[in-house]
Amino acid sequence: MLDLFRAIGEIFTAESTYINGALFAGLLIFAATGEWVAERAGTLNISVEGMLLAGAFTSAVAYDQTSSVALGLLAGVVGGMIVAGVQAEMSHRLAADQFVVGLTLNILVFGLTGFLDREIAPATKIASTFDVPLLSDLPLIGQALFGQPWPFYLLYPLLPFSWWLMYRTRWGLEVRAVGEDPQPADVSGIKVNLRRRQSIYYAGMTSGLGGAFLIFVQVGRFEDSIVGGRGFIAIAAVIFGGWTLWGTVGGCVVFAGALSFRLSVQGLGYQLNSEMLQSLPFVVTLVGMAIFAHRVRPPGALARPFVRGLT
Amino acid sequence: MTEIADSNVVAGSGQPAGGPASTAPARGARVAEWVMWYGLSVFAALVLSAVLVEATGGSWRPVLSALIDGSLRAPGRWGETLGTAAPLLLVALGTVISAKAGLVNIGQEGQLLIGAAMATYLGFVIGGPGPLNMLVVLLAGALGGALWAGIAGVLKYWRGVPEVLSTLLLVTIAGQAVAFGLRYDWLLLAPEANRGNRNQVSDQIPDGSRLPRHTLFGNEFPVTVFIAVALAVLVAWALARTVWGFRLRMLGRNPRAAQRAGVSQTKYGSAALLIGGAFAGFAGAAMLAGGGFAFGNYRLVPGFSTNIGWTGLLVALVAREKALAAIPVAFVFAALRTGSGFVGSTGVEGRITDVIQGLLVLALLIPPAVIFIRDRRRARAATTART
Repeated sequence: MLDLFRAIGEIFTAESTYINGALFAGLLIFAATGEWVAERAGTLNISVEGMLLAGAFTSAVAYDQTSSVALGLLAGVVGGMIVAGVQAEMSHRLAADQFVVGLTLNILVFGLTGFLDREIAPATKIASTFDVPLLSDLPLIGQALFGQPWPFYLLYPLLPFSWWLMYRTRWGLEVRAVGEDPQPADVSGIKVNLRRRQSIYYAGMTSGLGGAFLIFVQVGRFEDSIVGGRGFIAIAAVIFGGWTLWGTVGGCVVFAGALSFRLSVQGLGYQLNSEMLQSLPFVVTLVGMAIFAHRVRPPGALARPFVRGLT
Repeated sequence: MTEIADSNVVAGSGQPAGGPASTAPARGARVAEWVMWYGLSVFAALVLSAVLVEATGGSWRPVLSALIDGSLRAPGRWGETLGTAAPLLLVALGTVISAKAGLVNIGQEGQLLIGAAMATYLGFVIGGPGPLNMLVVLLAGALGGALWAGIAGVLKYWRGVPEVLSTLLLVTIAGQAVAFGLRYDWLLLAPEANRGNRNQVSDQIPDGSRLPRHTLFGNEFPVTVFIAVALAVLVAWALARTVWGFRLRMLGRNPRAAQRAGVSQTKYGSAALLIGGAFAGFAGAAMLAGGGFAFGNYRLVPGFSTNIGWTGLLVALVAREKALAAIPVAFVFAALRTGSGFVGSTGVEGRITDVIQGLLVLALLIPPAVIFIRDRRRARAATTART
């Protein structure tokens, strides 16, 4: 028992725990921020997994062709937006069931990127690291937050920007109105399905960046298991955070902690059953939701399609 | 990049609905409309797949003929396809039931795996005489699947966790749980002597507990096929003709009206989830006891489910939640799967069938949605014309 406490203490004082945690949290935050916007507009967008994978693949291919990380990031955004396009047009122009579309997209993107990966096999590597002066010398968290490959720092403007977009612009107000109750929004002249589509495109953008983040910051090369269900954890983080931005970020940090704990345990040489560790983040996510899901109120029209005159 | 072209074309042309004040079209015109939309979008999906094959340096003709060889033409292959279609159909039936109640259960893959694991475990532990043990194996599978879906049910109705997410997360956990079980010989792992050179594998289930296989014109398939078709008829009947089925559909269509009419959401909803899980678990047990080299050859291995759960879910979605329609759809998807084994010989990566399958599903989602929107437009145009 004492050993266990010592192990946990060692994990919490190891810098690698925080570095891994920041990497996992970064990915989850990229995905979850967009997902949060989409959910506030009323779409429980499960294709975020596919968006991440598509973004990772397109950014890998773009880097392979041009050797430019910036273009790779841009291509990641495009990849995420393509998946978002299908999801948005099919679920909010055609009113097809959003879960069905999302699920199919996940499977399709998985098959497509796996197929193309064997044909193209893009070569990529981690982007160059950039140490923020002074801040990166902080103990424990310095390297984790300020000593990462440079695409990591896109996170810092993304969060305030998303907050500003949702709470300080007319667009954000309309998006929240549309997700809360589409009828009055429609009557007051807001284009409900247009706003919903746009919010899904926003999710595609951030998740595409998240995919590129996987390639350039975290993993370094494409494989079809690169996302491995973490898109779903991002969705859980939004629910866990009670559909607020800062709650969502908090959820991402908690779940990233579980993901990183798994690596740290192995890295420090402790023998724990690997299957139990593999499923730990998912169990933590489930337990977290079981505790918090009923304390928060979802957007009123979450996962309900809007067709004028019908609902 | 290919997918968006497809959806945009169809979405774009779906925009301008007929004339102003056009009333409901005649029956013939409606059928023609359905056939046209379905034909168009399936054709578009196939063309896209062909383009993809050509673009990556293959050619589509040999791929198509390899698909047909692998699924139907080569000796013994359609038996294999039938044997694959049976678990797909079983999973789809469970999905139909939970979907009718308005639930989005997408964790069939995990439920199937837990079903198979439970069947392995109980089948060995209890190990009665042959035919009785076969029954135990099948029931244990259903029990395992129901148990796994039951977790999602408890989380939903007690803690308010959306079942979309919980069932999904449980898939990964199920995979790890089974791999965990296959590490210890007091759980699922075979004793050292029977393991061969493999690490994580269960014992082969004994002869007496295996499902009999049926031979027809040189094609061999397990009796699961007949069971699955019979269950499809049963499910279709139960949903359409019983009070229970009626209440379930009412709950799915309009939960508020159902509540007013005294249909308990918790009771019927969790029943639907449990039955859906039981079907998936039953499919897992049937795969295990039905044999077939593709399904581990009577042994449980990690990753035993090999996407049968996911594909079965797609079958149910494509069949538009109709139990009988799921029969042909399951066969088509099984054919894609068995055919994919032959595609490799043409020099094209076998995973192209995953892409074809995804595109097909996406294509089949479009027509009903387009027609729904057009009907709405027509109805609205008609009402505005009258007032």
